[in-house]
Amino acid sequence: MKGYGGLRAESAGRPGTGRAARDDPAEPPGPVLEVTDLHVTFGAGAGAVRAVRGVSYAVRPGEVLGVVGESGSGKSVTSLAVMGLLPPHARVTGSVRLHGREILGADEKTLSAVRGGTISMVFQDPLSALTPVYRVGDQIAEAVRIHRRVSRRDAARRAVELLDLVGIPDAARRARAFPHEFSGGMRQRVMIAMAIANDPDVLLCDEPTTALDVTVQAQVLEVLRRARRETGAAIVLITHDLGVVAGFADRVMVMYAGRPVEAGTVDDVYLRPRMPYTAGLLAAVPRLDAAERPVPIEGAPPSPAALPPGCPFEPRCPLAVPACSAAEPALEPVGSPGHLAACIRAEEIEAAGGAPLAVRPPGALPAETGAEVAAGVLPASGVPPVAAGVPEEPGGRAAPPPRRDREVVLAVDGLVRHYPLTKGTLLRRRIGTVQAVDGVSFDVRERETLALVGESGCGKTTTLMEILRLARPQRGTVTVLGRDTAALGARDRMAIRRDLQVVFQDPMASLDPRMTVYDIVAEPLRTHGVRRPGPRVRELLRLVGLEPGHAARHPQDFSGGQRQRVGIARALALEPRLVVLDEPVSALDVSIRAGVLDLLADLKARLGLSYLFVAHDLAVVRHLADRVAVMYLGVIAEIGRVERVYAAPLHPYTRALLSAVPVPDPGAERSRRHILLEGDLPSPADPPSGCRFRTRCPLFRMLNGAEQARCVGERPPLRMLDDDHAASCHFAERSGAI
Amino acid sequence: MSVTDEELAEQREAGNRLGAPSRLRVVAGRFFGSFQGRAGFALLALMFLLAFAGPFLGRWSYTDRDFTAFLAPPSADHWWGTLQTGADVYAVTLRGMRRSLVVGLLAAVVGTTLAAVVGAFAGYFAGWTDRALTWATDLLLVLPAFLILAVMSPLFASGQWPLFVLVLALFLWMVTSKIVRGVTISLREREFVHAARFMGVRPTTIIFRHILPNMSSLLVVDATLNVSAAILTETSLSYFGFGIQPPDVSLGSLIADGTRTALYAPWTFWFCAGLLVVTVLAVNMVGDSLRDAFDPASGRGRR
Repeated sequence: MKGYGGLRAESAGRPGTGRAARDDPAEPPGPVLEVTDLHVTFGAGAGAVRAVRGVSYAVRPGEVLGVVGESGSGKSVTSLAVMGLLPPHARVTGSVRLHGREILGADEKTLSAVRGGTISMVFQDPLSALTPVYRVGDQIAEAVRIHRRVSRRDAARRAVELLDLVGIPDAARRARAFPHEFSGGMRQRVMIAMAIANDPDVLLCDEPTTALDVTVQAQVLEVLRRARRETGAAIVLITHDLGVVAGFADRVMVMYAGRPVEAGTVDDVYLRPRMPYTAGLLAAVPRLDAAERPVPIEGAPPSPAALPPGCPFEPRCPLAVPACSAAEPALEPVGSPGHLAACIRAEEIEAAGGAPLAVRPPGALPAETGAEVAAGVLPASGVPPVAAGVPEEPGGRAAPPPRRDREVVLAVDGLVRHYPLTKGTLLRRRIGTVQAVDGVSFDVRERETLALVGESGCGKTTTLMEILRLARPQRGTVTVLGRDTAALGARDRMAIRRDLQVVFQDPMASLDPRMTVYDIVAEPLRTHGVRRPGPRVRELLRLVGLEPGHAARHPQDFSGGQRQRVGIARALALEPRLVVLDEPVSALDVSIRAGVLDLLADLKARLGLSYLFVAHDLAVVRHLADRVAVMYLGVIAEIGRVERVYAAPLHPYTRALLSAVPVPDPGAERSRRHILLEGDLPSPADPPSGCRFRTRCPLFRMLNGAEQARCVGERPPLRMLDDDHAASCHFAERSGAI
Repeated sequence: MSVTDEELAEQREAGNRLGAPSRLRVVAGRFFGSFQGRAGFALLALMFLLAFAGPFLGRWSYTDRDFTAFLAPPSADHWWGTLQTGADVYAVTLRGMRRSLVVGLLAAVVGTTLAAVVGAFAGYFAGWTDRALTWATDLLLVLPAFLILAVMSPLFASGQWPLFVLVLALFLWMVTSKIVRGVTISLREREFVHAARFMGVRPTTIIFRHILPNMSSLLVVDATLNVSAAILTETSLSYFGFGIQPPDVSLGSLIADGTRTALYAPWTFWFCAGLLVVTVLAVNMVGDSLRDAFDPASGRGRR
């Protein structure tokens, strides 16, 4: 990625290049946006929700402030309060000064003049933020005309300019397109174009890349950098992704339970965290560049309606002392100038030389952190009281035999799934074919985890659904536990369903909201003829680290991590041999994610499970999978052992993908070489000929004519290039050049 | 399957400790937990009690005629007065309510059940099932319901009111079934339905265990509205002399008669109209509370 360092120098030296005319050049750059002691309360009385409790920050022109926090930490409410976009029943106190002028509580007229002009916002979901019935160019032109007296023609010209600036190819033509004709990344670019249409001084970005794939995220972050360079605006970047902040922000503020708990420069906070929460959060992030496992933070964030009297993090804090629950610590300076932390033991941590060492218990093993409750339960009661027939090997924790000696539990060979694209309701005609999955082959052996990785639209979920259907595929074969699904009868299929279970991505959607947890976990047992599921349900709930006494509750009474544990309990009810995990942690907060990952790893070791794991997060895959298959546009680009694929990727796409994942380490993130892919994923209805990746391939552009012709004309087979490491690239041996 | 004592004890204990409440008990508990539910249920029960036990208290039967008192105001002899024919208003109103309650409630329940089942099956099993059921729905939608009921009315004459209920219900369900079909199609793609399918749960079980409970609020509201609709349809049929045939009476026929004399003999109209209003109100209260009871998330925001 081009010169982050240069950009920093520029922002420090010449702030506000784009709008120097408006600023008085003689004046030293004071803060453009100053938020002081902001409080936001919803409701009143005992049930009042104090969403934000005393947030203060200031940003200077050209500076990037990262606001990091988990869901419910108040980070989005803060930015909405700054913009004056909260509903009227929210009580907001404190002060928000823009160029020294108070805008909190200002009337709608003043706010309208400021919003979209001096201060503008980029939202998370670009689809809902754009009006679907207007052309993209007209929407940007409208944003321009609201704040400037320009002619319609000039506004339209400016819109095209802006689209060009945010990197939309063929901007003049694309300005006439409607939002639905744009991909997610393109829509987010349009949102940024709209936000910078009037040369704002402050850009509030609320999770601008959360809904996007990593390669597109890298593109959008690059666009934001360019936007900052062009406008000289200060950027407040709100996100839960510590990696994004590490590479992009100058300063960072960590929020927990509605308050900032640590603030400082990115280097200070990431390398020398002084608040145990920050340290725990950093340790809980699965790292792409480190082999050590993420360490979960115990417990869940407190409910904003029922905060503990002392430090809100005290119940989860490994360093808590009795004094912590007495009063809430203030945000006080610690260590280097500008570094603030809200912890009464911050000085001690400073003296001891850093919290991470103290937070991580010595020799912490995943089995001890996530599922320690379970460890005491299983051996005592004996594993399968209901589901006999699954041999439980006594040496569950011993090293498994070599891969080739183990049984194949799932084999997929040349799987194809095409969907017809039809038009018209009365007379359906076929106008094309979506090649969702086009010839995928892999196998999963016993006690092994295979991860299917890829960006949205690469066909990984379709592959999963084809396997789970247990029906004859359109082409190719699926063999589950030695049985070809094409030749299964109803009875056999039922028997295989017992051994093949699934955990879905969103625990809220995959658990029937109308059923109690007891009924949810008992459902597979009842379906497969267990009359009294009671004892087994209790055992399962303990196994996944939940209170059996909570069985009568409904899923919505649980936190996200607990809900996913219910989903895992349900999948394990019948003692399956193969569990399919569809993005099991991507809907969870960082601090909870590590706990669920630990649980999965522990269960696999103890119950001898095999996992087929679908994910888009490469860092998560690294810590759970044994082998990984990278998918692109319905085909497998690369497959092999995780260590090999991550250490020496052979396919250019894998290289790009790995380099696009942000690493939560400011030094490493800045010095890392990023391969920026151009453009979007081609439509699976019209995939490129030959190699499907060639339209975005950085290696393709380095090849000579004859070699390029080969990429265009010939589809690369999956070649075994090393021991258990294959890639489908004609020139995989040369991918090191990019 | 033999169970050892130890296992049995463990299961009992587990049953006690887990509380393992069935869905029915949860819903019933929530329903009677709300004041509205209790009040609505009590009111409806009172109406039933009045309709079925009330006639035994009065001295007159609904077929009796008091030739000494035509259109007499309420008195000790005729508690709610008499009609032009000398019939006792108390007796005929309760008799009419008995019919209307049974016809209204049954027709609504049958109609909504039919709508739910047909809609859910059409939506869940796409393809030919869907096409056949949708076709049947559309066909019934274009048939003139009122005309058919009128033509069939002689069949209901000789005490065949269950047939009447059935035919009435047959014309109540189509629109709801189309809504149910749409909701089912969207629910079918939800992950918890996928989860159940991949677990090996049979499609019919999925429909009754996952799909229908998740649209229970829609169904309860629909059933509530159908009660009023059924009573009113029956009323209008009776008004034209179809539906419930004399000497049997219904609230509908009574109100129809009562409107003519309502101005100078209000007791002929107000008692039956009032009871109809109270009945529909009770049904609405019960429906509202049932909807909340079915939805575990409801009421959370209000409390």
